Amino acid sequence: MNVLEIAAQVDARGLSCPMPIVRTAQTIRPLAPGAIVEVLATDPGSLKDFSAWCRSTGNELLEQTTDGPVHRFVIRRK
Amino acid sequence: MTLIAERPTTIDPIAAAIADIEGVPETAPALEPDGHVRNRDFVVICYSGDLEKTWASLILATTAAASGLNTKMFLTFWGLQTFVKDEKRVTGETWMQKMLAVMQRPGISHRKLSKMNFMGMGPWMMGTLAHKYNVASPKELLEAALAMGVELMPCQMTMDMFGLKREDMIEGMGEPVGAATVIDLLNNGAASLFI
Repeated sequence: MNVLEIAAQVDARGLSCPMPIVRTAQTIRPLAPGAIVEVLATDPGSLKDFSAWCRSTGNELLEQTTDGPVHRFVIRRK
Repeated sequence: MTLIAERPTTIDPIAAAIADIEGVPETAPALEPDGHVRNRDFVVICYSGDLEKTWASLILATTAAASGLNTKMFLTFWGLQTFVKDEKRVTGETWMQKMLAVMQRPGISHRKLSKMNFMGMGPWMMGTLAHKYNVASPKELLEAALAMGVELMPCQMTMDMFGLKREDMIEGMGEPVGAATVIDLLNNGAASLFI
């Protein structure tokens, strides 16, 4: 059971840099602080990019998993 | 919106009282809804109108805005031609200004590659590859940039030289500025790129 309540999902599968980050930023911005967003991406660069983006924005990367070509990120909004 | 109520209120009561008297909202420079102060400026000086450089400028500007930087694009010389409305064919007042617009069609969808343009074959192949690999086009990136609050600052001198009017340029364009505005941003610690 997943105890985290996902407030919004970003399906960035198939998208290239910088759109997974841009879509995630656009999705997370209107949410309340503490809200949790799940991102799915296939861009191999996103593996490094999401942790870097979380560092620069102050959002928290809670989980990062890979299932075949799909990377899943769970992020808590600052 | 509940976001405003949830903003941390670390405001000096005296400053708040003064602000009240002067009619300035007390949350004036405050936080963005995403909870962090966007006080770090990032300026992309868009000088080139080449397709590949326009692309790079917009990728970096959208990513900077997504990362919470207060992002601005200073549009000068050929970089300003990119931000003329796509449907504008001829711009300018004098025959020379018009001639330049005919020689290099303005607008974000009419950019040429600096190398291997081959009468439009190069840009067409780039566009086809971008589409195939789901890379956002410059036009899509521009829409994302504007949606994320990237500020577009047209260069007044370039507008004068090319005879460009406010109505020639895309929706969402900011006020025209000069080099001193850019220098002021840099002088106050803005990160910058000249592309």
